[in-house]
Amino acid sequence: MPSAAPSASYLTSHSAILAFLLVVVGFVAVNLVLWKIIRPSRFSEEKLTTYECGENPTGSAWIQFNIRFYVFALLFIIFDVEAVFLLPWAVVFREIGPLAFLEGLVFIAILAIALAYVWRKGDLEWVRTEDRQV
Amino acid sequence: MSGLSDHWAGLSPVAQQFWIAVLKVAVIFNVLLGLFSFMTYAERRLLAFMQFRLGPNRTGPFGVLQPIADGIKLFFKEEVIPEGANRWVFVAAPAVAVVAAFLSIAVVPYGGPGLFQIADLEVGILYLFAISSLGVYAIVMAGWAANNKFTMLGGLRSAAQMFSYELALGLSWVGLIMLAGSFRIQDIVTAQKGGLGLLNWFCVVQFPAFIVYLIAATAEVNRTPFDLPEAETELVAGFHTEYSSMRFALLQMAEYVNMITVAAVGTSLFLGGWLSPLPLLPDSPLWFFVKFGLLLFFFIWLRGTLPRFRYDQLMHFGWKVLVPVATLWILVTAGLVTAGVPGFRR
Repeated sequence: MPSAAPSASYLTSHSAILAFLLVVVGFVAVNLVLWKIIRPSRFSEEKLTTYECGENPTGSAWIQFNIRFYVFALLFIIFDVEAVFLLPWAVVFREIGPLAFLEGLVFIAILAIALAYVWRKGDLEWVRTEDRQV
Repeated sequence: MSGLSDHWAGLSPVAQQFWIAVLKVAVIFNVLLGLFSFMTYAERRLLAFMQFRLGPNRTGPFGVLQPIADGIKLFFKEEVIPEGANRWVFVAAPAVAVVAAFLSIAVVPYGGPGLFQIADLEVGILYLFAISSLGVYAIVMAGWAANNKFTMLGGLRSAAQMFSYELALGLSWVGLIMLAGSFRIQDIVTAQKGGLGLLNWFCVVQFPAFIVYLIAATAEVNRTPFDLPEAETELVAGFHTEYSSMRFALLQMAEYVNMITVAAVGTSLFLGGWLSPLPLLPDSPLWFFVKFGLLLFFFIWLRGTLPRFRYDQLMHFGWKVLVPVATLWILVTAGLVTAGVPGFRR
């Protein structure tokens, strides 16, 4: 059952997470320090080159990359906001009743139209047909 | 011992709660560490059996000491930070990965309310959603910082893959939140209680959502068939190509802990957590570990069975299959709840 009032254990449970966070951070720190103490260090120029199948690395790796990654990132933001709105809707769904169903239907329908539009435009393709023709 | 118990009774309730919390955190953290090392061994061993090999079997009986040997070895390896790398980001990425990986498991209950959980948050699901999405930062950081073409590609792929499937993952939870009427994971587990035993679990009632969850979760933790960010055969090791020694160990640890987390979350949300599968048997944390073990085995089994997706297939599958299916299923669930169909009424 959903409880309306914040529970008394609110602080306790959150502080338990804080304690867990401290333990994990401490663990990582101890490991890295211990490693720093016992690891060998034999410097060599060759070791510092990045791996490129045995060839000498050519140029930087920080280059322009496929624009499609951006398009999908934008899509993700839109639909992730959808998910974020749906979660609280789902929690109170039973309390509100049929009206919640109608409202949810409208909300999801709008997003479905958006998805259909993006699909139709070919933006869900990793390699777009227009790009291919060019 | 009576001295200790007297001392305990003399403490204020706040102090008692504090020490219980400390104990829980210590125990659960150590269990997780142990589980992580065991999983590295179990995975290699099981994969080997699936591929008619032996796997590690020389260190200790049946090779069970292999994780310890690996750990010691990695401690004695030198630190290599590539020349062109962004040092700060390169160094920070493994730490971020480990912290994000461990934190999300804090809200998963292993048993009834009380001792078997680090934190019983009212907003457990939201917390999971928030923390589990932090993992992608670590991978993008690791991939970008090394200034290596392979890691760069691995990091980019991973970012796109993880957010695409995170969406399906989040949507797959909506139906069961609707049925349980709560964000608290403990409530979601108890909502699966009923006269029919395992038929009341959300993996039956919410079957399509369960399948979406399994697929999306596998993709979230970059495991085969979704291991494109690593893809040994094409990207050598993807985002962690340039990592070695302790930092590599930390990244590896984050990967395994993430797998443990999605298995534990799947157990709680869909497989009834600590509830017993048959109506007559008592509920117990043991059930949690049985189901959890089965899910972990399932992930290893997948890796032994399936080949890797191609990148365009992966994106198409996420966006054109998983997201629409998950959304449609939310509507179906909403409709069934509104119509008051048995099993959806509770």
